[in-house]
Amino acid sequence: MSCSRMEKKIMGYVDGRLKEGERLEMEKHLSTCAACRVRVNEFRAVNVLLDELPRIEPSEAFDLRVHARVAAEPAKQSWWAWFAPSPRVAFAASMLLLATVWIGSRSADVNLSAADVDKINQNMQLLENYDVISDFAPLTELPPPVQADETDQQNQLNQQM
Amino acid sequence: MLDVKAGDEQSFTLLLHRYRSPLINFLYRMVRNREQAEDLAQEVFLRVYRARAEYVPSAKFTTWLFRIATNLALNSVRDNRYQRMEISLDAPVTTDAEHGDEKTLDVAEKHPNIEQHLVEETRKKTIRHAIEKLPEKQRAAVLLHKYQELDYGEISKILQCSESALKSLLFRAYETLRVELAPLVAQHGKQ
Repeated sequence: MSCSRMEKKIMGYVDGRLKEGERLEMEKHLSTCAACRVRVNEFRAVNVLLDELPRIEPSEAFDLRVHARVAAEPAKQSWWAWFAPSPRVAFAASMLLLATVWIGSRSADVNLSAADVDKINQNMQLLENYDVISDFAPLTELPPPVQADETDQQNQLNQQM
Repeated sequence: MLDVKAGDEQSFTLLLHRYRSPLINFLYRMVRNREQAEDLAQEVFLRVYRARAEYVPSAKFTTWLFRIATNLALNSVRDNRYQRMEISLDAPVTTDAEHGDEKTLDVAEKHPNIEQHLVEETRKKTIRHAIEKLPEKQRAAVLLHKYQELDYGEISKILQCSESALKSLLFRAYETLRVELAPLVAQHGKQ
């Protein structure tokens, strides 16, 4: 095992977490490499030094603060609660449904007699033409129609001149 | 946690009692400020409570808990670093304030000799400084490995890296620590 290969296994060796085969391989390397032996010993020393840091205790109010924050959380609704609308939403939805049904039934009530249908069929061509002309854009650009009286006055003036 | 998920409030209290101390110590060593560590720990428990309904026991509870804590701590450390950079432009640097550090459990009565007490305090401060100087991710790796005694698999899930990358992180961290703590390491060698 080379020193660079040892890098990833050295902490496992120091912790005693290596598998038996890896540990034996490491020890074989250490028996021939003084630099890695020093490193292992110094890593162990660092590990011991880190134990010297004191622990702190949670403050007495810590639990109270956590419980207070948890109590302030809004009550969580279950996923299924999403499907249960509030009474006001349910009422509005019912009204909307009733209105839709009523309007639908009204339009179905418009009954035409046979005579009315014949009349419409006879005038269908005229109705279609009116439909086109009434919405024909170029016609809107024409000048407004001139009154008959104004035309006569204009002719008289022209003759006098 | 599954009991908490089922709505058992008592189980949440049990979780709180079991994990508050390791969590606060981990966060304290990450952010170096007791008040901030407790605030972050509260936030961790609150997030656990909020997420109880969606909790799936696909990983160990401690992995999930410390993953939340690590993310919060890393964000906090980064925010503090920018804050300190802004403050340092105007304020003189105080070496003793320790970023609002508190006094830890005082053990003065154990040391009849004041000089010995001062030596020990200096020693602890040196170790704390060495850990503080580690890059955040290396620091988190060392704290989770050393103080929480989590296995490599768990730590790599918490830090969202491969086990191989974690081993490199730990190696680099210990290399830095052995250099930073060289005088203490040498003393240890003589003992």
